[in-house]
Amino acid sequence: MKKLGLIVNPIAGMGGRVGLKGTDGADTVAKALELGAEPVSPARAVETLQGLKRVGVEFELITYPAEMGATEASEAGLKARVIGHITSGKTTAGDTKRAAGEMLGQGVDLILIAGGDGTMSDVIEAIGTQVPILGIPTGVKMHSATFANTPQTAGEVAARFLREGLPLLEAEVMDINEEAYRENRLVAKLKGYARVPYEPVMMQATKEGSTGYELADQKAIARWVVELMERGHIYALGPGTTTRAVAEELGIYDSTLLGVDLIENYKLLARDTNEQQILEVIGKKPMTITVSPIGRQGFILGRGNQQLSPVIIKRVGKGNVWVLATPHKLRATPTLKVDTDDAELDREFRGYIRVITGYRQTCMVKVV
Amino acid sequence: MGHPYIPNTREIREQMLREIGAANIDELFADIPPQIRLKRKLKLPPAMSELEVKRHVQAILAKNTPFTQMLSFLGGGVWPHHVPAHIRSLVQRSEFLTSYTPYQPEASQGMLQALFEYQSMIAELVGLEVANSSMYDWSTALGEAALMCARVTRRQKFIVPELIAKDRLSVLRNYASGPGLEVVEVGYDHRTGQLDLKQLRAELGGDVAGVYIENPSYLGFLETQGDEIAAAAHKTGALFVVGVNPISLGLFKGPGEYGADIVVGEGQPLGNPVSFGGPSLGIFACRDESKLLRQLPGRLIGATTTLDGKARGYCMVLQTREQHIRRERATSSICTNAALCAVSAAIYLASLGPRGLRDLAELCASNASYAMKKLNTIKGLRAPIFDAPHFNEFTLNCDDTHVSIQKLNAGLLKRGIQGGKPLRAEFPELGKTALLCTTELHSRDDIDRLASALKELLGGKG
Amino acid sequence: MSYQQARWAEPLIFELSKPGRVGWTLPEKPRERINVPKELLREKLELPELSEPEVVRHYTRLSQMNYSVDSGFYPLGSCTMKYNPKVCEELAALEAASYIHPHQAEETVQGALELIYRLERCLAEIAGVARVSLQPSAGAHGEFVAMLVTRAYHKSKRDDKRNQVIVPDSAHGTNPASAAMAGYEVVTVPSNARGRVDLNALKATVSERTAALMLTNPNTLGLFEDQIIDIAGVVHDAGGLLFYDGANLNGILGKTRPGDMGFDIVHFNLHKTFATPHGGGGPGAGPVGVQRELEKFLPVPLVEYDKKKGRYYFDYDRPHSIGKIKGFYGNFGVLVKAYAYLLLMGGEGLSEVTEAAVLNANYIMRKLLGVEGYELKFDASGPCKHEVVFSAEPLKRMTGIGAHFVAKRLLDFGTHAPTYYFPPIVPEALMIEPTESESKEELDRFVDALRTIFEEARSDPDKVYSAPTATAIGRLDEVKASRQPILSWRAYRELAKE
Repeated sequence: MKKLGLIVNPIAGMGGRVGLKGTDGADTVAKALELGAEPVSPARAVETLQGLKRVGVEFELITYPAEMGATEASEAGLKARVIGHITSGKTTAGDTKRAAGEMLGQGVDLILIAGGDGTMSDVIEAIGTQVPILGIPTGVKMHSATFANTPQTAGEVAARFLREGLPLLEAEVMDINEEAYRENRLVAKLKGYARVPYEPVMMQATKEGSTGYELADQKAIARWVVELMERGHIYALGPGTTTRAVAEELGIYDSTLLGVDLIENYKLLARDTNEQQILEVIGKKPMTITVSPIGRQGFILGRGNQQLSPVIIKRVGKGNVWVLATPHKLRATPTLKVDTDDAELDREFRGYIRVITGYRQTCMVKVV
Repeated sequence: MGHPYIPNTREIREQMLREIGAANIDELFADIPPQIRLKRKLKLPPAMSELEVKRHVQAILAKNTPFTQMLSFLGGGVWPHHVPAHIRSLVQRSEFLTSYTPYQPEASQGMLQALFEYQSMIAELVGLEVANSSMYDWSTALGEAALMCARVTRRQKFIVPELIAKDRLSVLRNYASGPGLEVVEVGYDHRTGQLDLKQLRAELGGDVAGVYIENPSYLGFLETQGDEIAAAAHKTGALFVVGVNPISLGLFKGPGEYGADIVVGEGQPLGNPVSFGGPSLGIFACRDESKLLRQLPGRLIGATTTLDGKARGYCMVLQTREQHIRRERATSSICTNAALCAVSAAIYLASLGPRGLRDLAELCASNASYAMKKLNTIKGLRAPIFDAPHFNEFTLNCDDTHVSIQKLNAGLLKRGIQGGKPLRAEFPELGKTALLCTTELHSRDDIDRLASALKELLGGKG
Repeated sequence: MSYQQARWAEPLIFELSKPGRVGWTLPEKPRERINVPKELLREKLELPELSEPEVVRHYTRLSQMNYSVDSGFYPLGSCTMKYNPKVCEELAALEAASYIHPHQAEETVQGALELIYRLERCLAEIAGVARVSLQPSAGAHGEFVAMLVTRAYHKSKRDDKRNQVIVPDSAHGTNPASAAMAGYEVVTVPSNARGRVDLNALKATVSERTAALMLTNPNTLGLFEDQIIDIAGVVHDAGGLLFYDGANLNGILGKTRPGDMGFDIVHFNLHKTFATPHGGGGPGAGPVGVQRELEKFLPVPLVEYDKKKGRYYFDYDRPHSIGKIKGFYGNFGVLVKAYAYLLLMGGEGLSEVTEAAVLNANYIMRKLLGVEGYELKFDASGPCKHEVVFSAEPLKRMTGIGAHFVAKRLLDFGTHAPTYYFPPIVPEALMIEPTESESKEELDRFVDALRTIFEEARSDPDKVYSAPTATAIGRLDEVKASRQPILSWRAYRELAKE
């Protein structure tokens, strides 16, 4: 029988209702409670569990005590095996991390997580991509691409995954700079990746286009990008799983997922470079940068990107920035975003941009 | 008065317009910009009743002389055979005829099972494990086969015999032009027609995706070196593709047995009328190897069960291949194909069975054998021009006479006989040669009649 | 109205075989010796052996387990499942139509040539183009030909850079596939909030690399691209050609013509708009029409009329032609049916066809807007044309049941499901094309069925989840079928042994 893990972060999402952005840090939680905030994520988690129950899939539910899952399971009318220890009323990030680790130890097939970006970050810190996860949207900060659209969809996807299996894709987990966020500046950093089940878009026979299979589509993109590569030209592969597919197509299996790697003449030139190193290279040879939409908002250029700074982008020029995204990704983020520190650069990129979506296939996408 | 094909009369339509709050029908077309609105009536013949249409079309078609009303020896890619009556009555059943692609398998098991049976029978016939449920015709199936070879091998060259129908070659070149495949022709032995193996081996570098032969050849003779050609191709990593007339396979080995990886062909003779060359039925089959199966174009029907596992059923099987095909150069776009013709073929093969098909093939070949024997006795004629075994088609040469094939055919036509297809335009090096075909429709008397007519014409009596 | 499809646990024909049975007889025994080396002869052939009545019974039973237009409502969007007049079948089956060989002397097939010629003239008039090739066998085939013509055109202008073809994100899947097959890069352009091609996005897309834009109008959402004149302008100014996918021609017959909209190449689906039967997946025909400038690139041969000699002939003297794209001249049997259909309808009849089809679609649209669970994603303010795309997203939100299950449950009502999950820009899409062949009662029944399914989804969802039950067979394990493909009787038998 399949094992399903459930971790609920009871304080995620509380800030939003009272006008706070996020609930990181004990101070903010205290402030939220002062303002009369009430937990949001438990109810969403219950919704998801009810949806699961309705579909009638068989699974063993493993969860953490009290408000971190057991209560929600009980409310949804599901039997659960409760593991771990917490201090009810004073749950912390540490609890989340332990929960994830312990569930990994229990051999769960999937972990449902009710929380926001912060919770996601904690989970992957503990278990990386070792167990597939799926986010139940509850938090205010949901820039990670690991969330289902609604609590109900989370239940449906989980059910299908448990019943018949679903393909997995790597989705970005984002970390937002809290202070900047409260000052209305979005500085989003790519924290890492989690593996998330997804439903390939159902096709009706051959009348249809995209395969809906993420890996195949990424390989298609990679194949074409490699075909387009020229000798004597440097290619800076930005963060993301699609750019990693490009490296793999070249036979490079140790490229960085979060960093910028440089390719020259179909070989790895430099790994995990910083802005300085990249600038040095631009001076000497022509460069093309490949980027992918990051996170739920679909940022192709954002403030959190330390390496691909506005200086670099401007030196390289818009025409030498290739955006790579699978059709699945574009369906999740039909408009892309740019938000660097450089208003002029942002203006240049806004409008429509050509995105490589497959083998000899591109899509015009709006950038805002 | 209403129209017989439009159940909603004007009154009903007016009522419907009212119900949806539209003042008149023009409102529903108001979004068409005035500059492009058609401001006149369509200049088409006025509507006719069924009775009048029948008369009108029959009058036009009456200007045709069906080959049943004359003695025809034409073949060359589409062949006249007797179509058993029950085939028509079955495929004309409107549940088959007016259905579409079985997107809802639960409601379309009839078509799905029939096509599964077709796939199975074709697989048996050609000696390979997997056949798809049809392509448009032989030439486009060949085009798709070349693309498939390119996808599987990631190479850019495709070899064909010089003695291939030029029309088929033209179609192939069009398909090859998409991904820029190079089509290379390899010559033949002028005495036997057999593929020039030496030239083939010279062409087989590491850049050849596939080698194609036709067996029987377009010119009717059998290629006896199948095994060697397969070996030569495989040695250099190329795929081996064979094109067939499926009737011949009642008698001869399926190309799968002598090393073919892909088989294409024309399925029309399996229960479909000649019909001026269309509808036709493209046969496409391949070996059951994942690298091939992943790249097989066209629709595939697979067997499965209901979700509860209790009942057997059939459905279209697609996704895994679509993934792979779409990642490549040389994709396929086929959607609607020749499904109903495939069902006719299945019924035909099931009705003939192995014995029936063999008898039929034997008779076709026997008639050709007899025809060649008789025509060879006529001074100035040579049949066939290639010293090789033949199936039911053969070449007839009149170089040693004073007349052209065209003149002979004109004379034959006056005698109610349609002679063979002149080949000079396609193969000038073969001189004054025509391609003739015999099937079970021909009797010995028919062939004798042809022989006498030719004798007469060559004897100077116009 | 209750519905129950016939149910036979009909074995595979191979399983009914018994040695010695035969369903056919041969006129005479072969007499001449055939000189074929033994190693070329086959040793055995496993085909079924049955008598004629057994064959007939088997396929008759199979036909009873097959839904069709003649069985009932078949609202497959963009397929135009209209009634197929039976007189067309009769005419195509005449000896004078089906027993003629393509290589016969031209003087013996003047009827065939005349029919092709007349059909071409009719199609050219309907579409507003100069010449039409009737050679392609299907829609996708016609699209491929159009792409080859496009390439030949740009090549003749020595315009080598044009390697991109643009398609809207709502395009039929065969469009980008056919363009890719012809060697083009495909660029997808987004639709705007009104469900039409985003003109600004298009302007940002065209360049000196644009070979063509492939469009259907009305589009796959059933909406008329009212900015088509501007769209044509943008593409032409950039030096590209405009290709019209004729799948949706039923929405505009006699009202406007693709040629007048600015399209350079127009393709037709005879098995859709022109009522030739779909045959369970073919044979069809996908003729391609072009404006004068592109005429010379069409496949050979075209049919011409020699006034002096008073006869029709095949014109092969076309040096710029792309050559052949199919053996012989096209699916002649299908052409006969389409021609007969045009004569049955006449110009006014075709206009009436479009009016009735468009009215039927709008009727469904208005009625279905009043049913909970289904909504329009785009533009409910204006009319649709011959088809309408609804989203079952509200239904999914409320009950967890989406378009897929709605489609399956509809089968129990004796209706074929509409196309679903297409176009991909509409979530939980249900693409409904009623055609002019349906009565108001049938449409009302359909809307009622969708209403009933909504209610069932809310109160008795198992009924929907377990559907279909009135069809010959219940839900099939299609995932298993693709995962472990069993593609022939032989494979099935071997698997059964294990």
